[in-house]
Amino acid sequence: MSVALSPPGFLAKNRLGKLGLDRGLQIAGVLVGILFLIVTMVLPLYAILSKSVENKDGDFIGLANYLKYASNPSLLNSISNSFTIAIITTLIVISLALMTAYALTRTCMPFKGVVRVLVMGPIFAPSLLPAISLVYLFGNQGVLKSWLMGESVYGPIGIVISLAFWCFPHAVMIITTALSNTDARLYESARALRTSPIRTFFTVTLPSIKYGLISASFVVFTLVITDFGAPKVIGGQYNVLATDIYKQVIGQQNFQMGAVVSVILLLPAILAFAVDRWVQRKQVSLLTARAEPLLPKKSPLKDNVMLLLCLPVIITIIGVLGMAVYASLVTFWPYNLELSFNNYQFDLMDGGGWEAYYNSLEMALYTALFGTAIIFTNAYLVEKVPGITGLRTLLHLGAMIPLAVPGLVLGLAYIFFFNSPSNPLNGLYGTLAILVICTIAHYYTVCHLTAVTALKQIDSEFEAVSASLKVPFYVTFWRVTLPVCMPALLDIFIYLYVNAMNTVSAVVFLYSSNTMLASVAVLNMDDAGDIAPAAAMGVLLMFTCIGIKLLHWGMSHLLLKRTQRWRHKSAT
Amino acid sequence: MSRSYLTIKNVHKHFGDFVALKDISLEIQEGEFVCFLGPSGCGKTTLLRAVAGLDMQTEGEIFQSGKNISWLPPEHRDFGIVFQSYALFPNLTVAENIAYGLRNQKVRRADIRDRVDELLAMIGLPDSGKKFPSQLSGGQQQRVALARAIATKPGLLLLDEPLSALDARVRLHLRQEIKSLQRQLGVTTIMVTHDQEEALSMADKIVVMNQGVIEQIGTPEEIYSNPATRFVASFVGTMNFIPAHLEGDRVCVGTREMSCRGHHNLTCQHQGEMNIAIRPEDFRVRYNGDATNTLRADVRHMEFLGSFVRTELDLDGVGDPVVADFSMNDVRDMNIQVGRELMLDLPENRLHLFEH
Repeated sequence: MSVALSPPGFLAKNRLGKLGLDRGLQIAGVLVGILFLIVTMVLPLYAILSKSVENKDGDFIGLANYLKYASNPSLLNSISNSFTIAIITTLIVISLALMTAYALTRTCMPFKGVVRVLVMGPIFAPSLLPAISLVYLFGNQGVLKSWLMGESVYGPIGIVISLAFWCFPHAVMIITTALSNTDARLYESARALRTSPIRTFFTVTLPSIKYGLISASFVVFTLVITDFGAPKVIGGQYNVLATDIYKQVIGQQNFQMGAVVSVILLLPAILAFAVDRWVQRKQVSLLTARAEPLLPKKSPLKDNVMLLLCLPVIITIIGVLGMAVYASLVTFWPYNLELSFNNYQFDLMDGGGWEAYYNSLEMALYTALFGTAIIFTNAYLVEKVPGITGLRTLLHLGAMIPLAVPGLVLGLAYIFFFNSPSNPLNGLYGTLAILVICTIAHYYTVCHLTAVTALKQIDSEFEAVSASLKVPFYVTFWRVTLPVCMPALLDIFIYLYVNAMNTVSAVVFLYSSNTMLASVAVLNMDDAGDIAPAAAMGVLLMFTCIGIKLLHWGMSHLLLKRTQRWRHKSAT
Repeated sequence: MSRSYLTIKNVHKHFGDFVALKDISLEIQEGEFVCFLGPSGCGKTTLLRAVAGLDMQTEGEIFQSGKNISWLPPEHRDFGIVFQSYALFPNLTVAENIAYGLRNQKVRRADIRDRVDELLAMIGLPDSGKKFPSQLSGGQQQRVALARAIATKPGLLLLDEPLSALDARVRLHLRQEIKSLQRQLGVTTIMVTHDQEEALSMADKIVVMNQGVIEQIGTPEEIYSNPATRFVASFVGTMNFIPAHLEGDRVCVGTREMSCRGHHNLTCQHQGEMNIAIRPEDFRVRYNGDATNTLRADVRHMEFLGSFVRTELDLDGVGDPVVADFSMNDVRDMNIQVGRELMLDLPENRLHLFEH
C-alpha cells in the first residue's frame, strides 16, 4: 500500500500507531460533528430539493412542478406580495431602529435605561402575538378601528405593522452594536475642523455604521419574508410565500408543491445570507484595536428632542403588548369587559390545553441544554483543534447553513427526510426529540458564531501549554475553556430557550397529538376562532421568556461575582 | 554519533507552496542555552513548534536524548514551554497554574504544595500563590508561566519570544533572571527571539535564521565579530558596507588598494564588484604616517550618545556616507568636529568581504 504520503498526513501508516488517544478523540469529535450537521441539515435539504422534482408517486419529472407553479397566477402573485411586504417592513424598521439606536448610544436622553429594556419587549413573544393584538386594536371590533380610515387591518397593513413590531428589537441590537464600535477621536477631529453636526453625521457616523445598517436590513428582510405566524393570523386573503407552503402542505396535502414553494423561498434567504456574510467580513477589517470609546455629552435640547421622537415607538410597544395582556384578561370581548382568568383555562378549549405549555417548557429546556452542549463542543473543535484544517472548515461551513434556511422550509424538509419509511431514524418522527433536533438546527448558526467569538478571545496557546504539561485536552477544556466561556454559554442557552418557546415555523409540521406546543396552540386556537385564549397563551409565553431572561440576568450576576472573580483586577 | 541532547536532521516545512523551513540541521548539547535569532517570518518559531510537536515538520527527523521524537504528538514529548502571551489560565490562581501539570502526574497533594512553594520562592513571588494572573504585572505573569513550564522538570525548555511583550526595564531584569535560573537548573533551553541584544547576552549558542534557512551557528562572539554571511553581518549589530572591487587577490576602494586579512570565504573566483564591511567601532583615527588601509574622510554629522559619539562620514571616493563610533577620549584628543577632515585607518583584521 502506498501510504508514504508526502506531505505526511495524520493518517500515514507509520504514524497512526503514535497518534495517541487525545488526537483520536479530537478527530472522532470533528467527524461526529460533521455527521450531525449532515443528518440534521444537509440530508433534509436534499430531500426537499428532490421532492420538488418528483410527482406524487415519487418519479422524477424534472421541472414540471416548477412549470405548474409558474402557470398558477395566484401562487405567482405571492412572490411579489412577499417582496412588497418585506421591502416596506425593512424600510420602516431600519429607519425607526436607527433613530432609537442613535438615541440610546449617542445622546443622554432621559429614561434611557427604561427605553433600552422596553425596546427588547417584542423579542420575548411569538410573532403571532402582535398580530393578535392588532386584531383587538384595529380589527372588525377593534377599539381604534376608525384610525385606519376605512382600510382593513386584515391584509398587508396588518402584516407590515406586526412584523415591523416583531423585528424591531433585532434591528436595534445590530445597529446599537454598530454605533458603539466607533472612535471618539474621529468626532474630535471633525469638531476641530469645524464640521457642522449634520455634515458630521453624513460623513462620519453614517459611513461607520454602513455595514451594520446593511446587515440589519438583510436580517429584517429575511425574518419578514420567511415569517409565517403574522400573515397567517392577520393576512386575510393576502397570500405570501410562507403561508402558501402551509396551505399547500396542511390544506391540500400537496407536498410536491410545498417543496417547490420552499425552494423558491430559499432563494431570497440565501441571497440575504450571502450579502450578510460579505458584510461581516468587511466589518471586521473596520475595527481598530486602539479606538477611543465615544461617551455622549449632555445636551438638553438634543436629548429631549430624541426622547420625543422615540415616544411613538415606546407607546406602540407598550400599547401593542399591553393590549395583548388586556385582551387575554377580558372575559368576553367586546360584550363583557370584566377581567378574569377565563381565557387561561386552556384545558377547556381545543388546541392542546396546558399540556401544550408544559410540552413547550420541556422542549425548550432540552433544546437549550443539548443545543448548548452540541454547538459549543463543535465550535471548540472548529476553533481549538490543531491541524485537520479541511475537516474543521467543513464543520464551520456546515454550521452556517441554517442561517440561510427558513424555519418553515427546514420543518418541511424534516418531514420528507425523517418520515420516509426507508430512513432508519424514522422512529424519531412524531416525538419530542425531533422537535428538539429541528429547533437546535434552526437556530444553530447564531449560537455557533457566539461560541466561536468567545473561543477566539481565549489565548490560542492554552492547548499547547497543556500538551507540554501532559494534561489531556479534555481536562483543559473542562477546567479552563468552559469556565472562561461561561457567560457566552449562558447567552447561547437563553437564546435557544427563548426561541424554542416561541418558534412556530420550524415545528408546525412536526408536532404530533402528544407533542403539541404552546406556540402552535396559539396558532391553532386563533385559527379556530378562539382568539382570546390564543392571546392568553401568547402572553403566557411572553411572560415565561421574560421570567427566564430575568433568571438569566440574576444568574449571570451571581456567576460573575462567585466564579468569575478573576475577571476583576481588584479581587483578592 | 556525538553525544548531543537534541538533534535536528534535514527538517523541511511547507505551508502549501510556501517554504517555511528548508533543510534545517542542528545539534544542541545538554544544558546549552540556544537562541534562534532572526527577523519575523524567518522560520524560527516554526522550527521551535516543530521541536515541540505543535506543528509537525513536513520532512526530516528530530531526536531528543537519543530517542526519535519526529512524529510524536506534543503530549508524548518531554518539554516545557513559555509563550510571549504568557498563556496563563485566567480562571485559576497562580498556585493552581503552577500545579497544573503536577496534578495530572498523580503526585501527592502535599508534595504538589511543597513544589509550588519552592517554585514561587524561586521566581521571587512567595506570597502570590492565591492571586489570579490578572492581578499580577506582565513581568510577574511571565515568571509564573516559567515556573509552570519547569514545574514538571522537563528535559527541554522552550521559550517563544518570552520577553517581547514586556517593557524595556522589566525585559532587562527578567533576561538576567531567566539566564541565572537556567544555569542553576542546567536545563537545555531554546529561546526564539528577534532581539539580537537578547540573543547576544543570554545565549551560549546562537542560530541565526533567515527565510527558512540557517545562516550561521556560533557563539555570540563568533556571530558578532565573524559574521559568515552578508545577512548575519547586517542583522546583528551595525555594519558599514563599502563598495569595492576584487581584482586577482587585490581589493580596491576607488583607486586605493586595501589589504584584508579578516575572515571571509570569498576566493579569487568572486571577481569584480563586492563590498568591504566594517563595524562603526572598528574605524581608527590615524596617529602615525603609515599609509596602508587609510582613507580620507569628512565629518558630516555627529551624534552624542553618552560614552561615545556616533559620526557620519563622507569617505573619499565612496558614494554613501559611513557610520563610525569614536570614544569621547578620541573626540577630545583628535579634535573631531563637524567639517573636519580625518585620516581613517581600516584595520586589516577587522575587514570583512561580502558579495555585492
